[in-house]
Amino acid sequence: MGDVTVRVNGTPHSLDVDSRMSLLDLLRERLGLTGTKKGCDHGQCGACTVLIDGRRAVSCLALAVAQDGADVTTVEGLAADGALHPLQAAFIERDAFQCGYCTPGQLCSAAGMLGEAGPSVVTEDLTADPPLSAAEIRERMSGNLCRCGAYVNIVAAIGDVAAAGGAADMATAVTGTAR
Amino acid sequence: MNRIEGRDKVTGRARYAYEYPADGVAYAYAVQSGVARGRIASVDALGVLAMPGVLAVLSCAEPPALSADASPELALFQTRDVAYRGQIVAGIVAETLEAARAAERELRISYEAEPHDVRLRPDHPGLYAPDKVNPNFPTDTEKGDVNAGLAAAAVSIDATYATPTQHNNPMEPHAAMAVWDAGGALTVYDSTQGASADRDMIAAALGLAPERVRVVSPHVGGGFGSKGTTRPHAILAALAARAAGRPVKVALTRQQMFDVTGYRTPTIQRLRLGADPEGRLTALVHDVIEQSSTLVEFAEQTATPSRVMYAAPALRTTHRLVRLDVPTPSWMRAPGECPGMFALESAMDELAIAAGLDPVELRVRNEPDTEPESGLPFSSRNLVGCLREGARRFGWDHRDPRPGLRQEGRWLIGTGMAASTYPARRRPSQATAATADGGFVVRIAAADIGTGARTALTRIAAQALDTSADRVRVELGDSALPTASLAGGSMGTSSWGSAVVKACEAMLKDGHSGRADTTEDVKGDTGFARHAFGAQFAEVWVDPATGEVRVPRLLGVFAVGRVIDETLARSQLIGGMTMGLGMALMEETEMDEEAGGFLNRDLAQYHVAACADVQDIDAMWIDEEDGHLNPMGAKGIGEIGIVGTAAAVANAVYHATGRRIRDLPITPAKILD
Amino acid sequence: MKPFEYTRARDAGDAVARFRAGAMYLGGGTNLVDLMRLGVAEPDHLVDVSRVGGDRIEPGGDGLLIGAGVRNSDLAAHPVVRERYPMLARAVLAGASGQVRNMATIGGNLLQRTRCPYFQDVSKPCNKRQPGSGCPAVAGDHRNLAILGHSAGLEAAAQCVATHPSDMAVALAALDAQVHVTGPDGSRVVPMPGLHRLPGDEPDRDTVLRPGDLITAVELPPPPPGRSTYRKVRERASFAFALVSLAAVLDVGRDGTVRGCRLALGGVAHTPWRAARAERALTGAPATAEEFTRAAGAELAEAQPLPRNGYKVTLARNLIVATLQELLP
Repeated sequence: MGDVTVRVNGTPHSLDVDSRMSLLDLLRERLGLTGTKKGCDHGQCGACTVLIDGRRAVSCLALAVAQDGADVTTVEGLAADGALHPLQAAFIERDAFQCGYCTPGQLCSAAGMLGEAGPSVVTEDLTADPPLSAAEIRERMSGNLCRCGAYVNIVAAIGDVAAAGGAADMATAVTGTAR
Repeated sequence: MNRIEGRDKVTGRARYAYEYPADGVAYAYAVQSGVARGRIASVDALGVLAMPGVLAVLSCAEPPALSADASPELALFQTRDVAYRGQIVAGIVAETLEAARAAERELRISYEAEPHDVRLRPDHPGLYAPDKVNPNFPTDTEKGDVNAGLAAAAVSIDATYATPTQHNNPMEPHAAMAVWDAGGALTVYDSTQGASADRDMIAAALGLAPERVRVVSPHVGGGFGSKGTTRPHAILAALAARAAGRPVKVALTRQQMFDVTGYRTPTIQRLRLGADPEGRLTALVHDVIEQSSTLVEFAEQTATPSRVMYAAPALRTTHRLVRLDVPTPSWMRAPGECPGMFALESAMDELAIAAGLDPVELRVRNEPDTEPESGLPFSSRNLVGCLREGARRFGWDHRDPRPGLRQEGRWLIGTGMAASTYPARRRPSQATAATADGGFVVRIAAADIGTGARTALTRIAAQALDTSADRVRVELGDSALPTASLAGGSMGTSSWGSAVVKACEAMLKDGHSGRADTTEDVKGDTGFARHAFGAQFAEVWVDPATGEVRVPRLLGVFAVGRVIDETLARSQLIGGMTMGLGMALMEETEMDEEAGGFLNRDLAQYHVAACADVQDIDAMWIDEEDGHLNPMGAKGIGEIGIVGTAAAVANAVYHATGRRIRDLPITPAKILD
Repeated sequence: MKPFEYTRARDAGDAVARFRAGAMYLGGGTNLVDLMRLGVAEPDHLVDVSRVGGDRIEPGGDGLLIGAGVRNSDLAAHPVVRERYPMLARAVLAGASGQVRNMATIGGNLLQRTRCPYFQDVSKPCNKRQPGSGCPAVAGDHRNLAILGHSAGLEAAAQCVATHPSDMAVALAALDAQVHVTGPDGSRVVPMPGLHRLPGDEPDRDTVLRPGDLITAVELPPPPPGRSTYRKVRERASFAFALVSLAAVLDVGRDGTVRGCRLALGGVAHTPWRAARAERALTGAPATAEEFTRAAGAELAEAQPLPRNGYKVTLARNLIVATLQELLP
């Protein structure tokens, strides 16, 4: 067992946790924040993606006990004061989900991704920061599997938000972290 | 109108089975067999019961009370016999998930192992003809003289195709929470494609009257057939909750899902096609070999699309099954049509090449007047319309059929096409409609597994009531609601919609409330062959040096009756095509022949299409009026999208490279072979 | 998962001091937690080294010194890495997913373990996981496993056909990176590709590290002259381990001969595989497709494909030839 203090969606929580518990299970089983999903428990599907200190991470592979002092944002924390985050609104508008089980992870992943600088493996010129083309979005979102096959709409939704400008601002607003 | 539950899903408020709060909840973990065949000699639970947090161990050492009516896959801990590796042989109940999983590692089960037989092969001595194929089709059919038809053919194809074991892999693992009340009634929060049927199966397994069981499942994280029947996790949850005297949650791990939630059987399919010089079929023979477990006979209806598709005067289809020491196969998106049409539509492509005909034209020339096997008239067909419209939109007309000619950089480029079909059926359902709060409420135990059923039924009810959708509330996902059929077989919307329309009409007559049961209506669904059709077109790029295959473009054009919600329909069809792309290029579960179970049991080793694999996929439909289906005039769309995709891709790979790959998936290893 | 004690180290020295038999170091956890949940790793004690301070990328000599705690995504996004070591940036970006790269550390990436399906299933024999228990992959499914340097030809208790899964390590092997290690016996530098070892008759040992050793940094020498890239072939377009990958550097003189080259293969062996034979065959030779083919053939003459992974020999050969042609000026 170990003591850990984490801030989740702005609220600090101090808990005594089993050292074997993942951050994912802490969120779901201890804090009742079931928006974050368990799809594989091995970092292979992305359904559990949250933002840890502003960066997207798979919460199933993060031991809760190692997160002392971390600032965690889950899907429940994306919407501020009841207004949907632009990504959430775009996902609804583009019908970017079906069963909805991968959706919280897709949203947190996209929110983190929009704030990530630098190239991806499909970027031609690694020294330039490429515009967020559909090909770039597809590669950067490939850590989030969707078995319903909503990728076409997911990419369109994220593209809408990116094109609306201020992608980086958006991520900053979500994560509270300017990078 | 957007998806009604959309806001709940994007904010994380939509609750799935494992996510309901319950005071004093405990956790159960399934323990799986380590051998593929044999008997359990002993279960030593003493050490485990002494571990901190462990509440109970369930196993055949002390079989918990279950009904003799429990289906073999659900009769947990009733026998010492092991039918396959990965079968659930024990359950551990503990205060926390961590404690339950740690205890699983320490539970000592000893087996008397017997030699196992897990390999499907065409010469297996155990092959037999089952009495019927899923769900109720004849095993074999024969019409005309196929030998004469093949002998008379100017052009013929005799080829064997193979599809591998594939797993449904919905993103939400199968999960349940069971809660017994003081009076002995059971509530199960389950991930299921049909609350009514799930209730009945759980009640039958536990020996309870159905009204003593309630299944709650308003949101389900996909199923694709694997949640169409009750899975053992739900029974484990119920038994564990009874043993612990507390609510108990069970979620299968991703690895466990590969063993106990069904899969698409591997198939070996021999296609023999004969045609006259103009490409008109003289004979079509489709022989299928597939597997089931020793526990349950599940015979996939793989050859059935050959009974529907083309005008062959001589037509024979057969299915042979072998019972192996393997997990039980089951429904996976478009069982039958999906693997069967890979073989048939690949063979048609080969025939087109052999006959020197355009593959679209070959299909047009073999358009039947009536359903080839039954002779029944089609309620509607329009395959030719889909082929022509698809060819036009895809830019097929200028295609040079010669393979291996087009290159861009390191990529060879090709295009291919295939047809799609899936039955349009419905099942009896009940529904109620009533006025409420100035609007209307419609109740039906339908399931929304991501199809958008809530939204589609709202639209259907609003139209039947001649009101706006925002005045209609649909309640579903609860067995306490009027009994409804499954979300499966592309029958959900047509079955539930029929009941909803009828209930709404009854309510309009009554003024306050209406109730409907479509059992008699469905009995009248005879006299026509009812199917959806489609045409799929693929562009592929193949790097011949590395064997990498990319699919930059997929187009599907479908004839699916009246489309109830364009957004939902497009999403469903594209989703099916996306899964078909995975089937074409990467999905395959390997059997570990030595140990006797599935080998690659996770999402890093069993690849489903990732975002980067999917580029331009689009789906559209042609206008189709069909008055012989249901009050909506709609055909199901959940499955047809995956039918034909893999063949279209394989045919395009041939066009790009001149290599005909007859066994899926089309991996770099096979391209380089 | 077996219960374990968790402690957090202040710095590298503190981490090593806390280490004892049965302990493991925890970095990003992306492979270790995965293996613990599978029961493959069963530490009694985790020493968390994620906050020991090795999270900076600094100039070192004419090269770069990368702290072992640097996250994979930060390495790939670093301007100097992108500018001077694009092959390394591309290799890192080819691995895992955005989320995992945000968590995984450089040290952990080097020490990740094989994704051989038998190794990951504790109910099955595996000489790497349980020495002497056998290797079912030799007769079983080895399609994604090794073709070079494996021990399938040895006695059953020593057989291992596992591959090393890292992309980054392949690029580091081609770059002659130096791995800084500190441990109970002091500090030392281990040159790549020598960090990893072939299975030999001890397939349970992935690397030359000793118990308690902690990777503290990776030092990059100045980048070799020439054009470079990293190519990865896999069954899906992203988020999959390599069937075969290649880190390649090609320096061609004005006269059209190869002045220098570096070639390292991934997905083919128990280690990132530095293709030294091919490099020797090519150096000083004309930079032509024929010579590239000859060099690739020289390297792969050593291959010992198993019944179901012969395609990897073809794939590796083709990938070397195609990539070198792409790198021609």
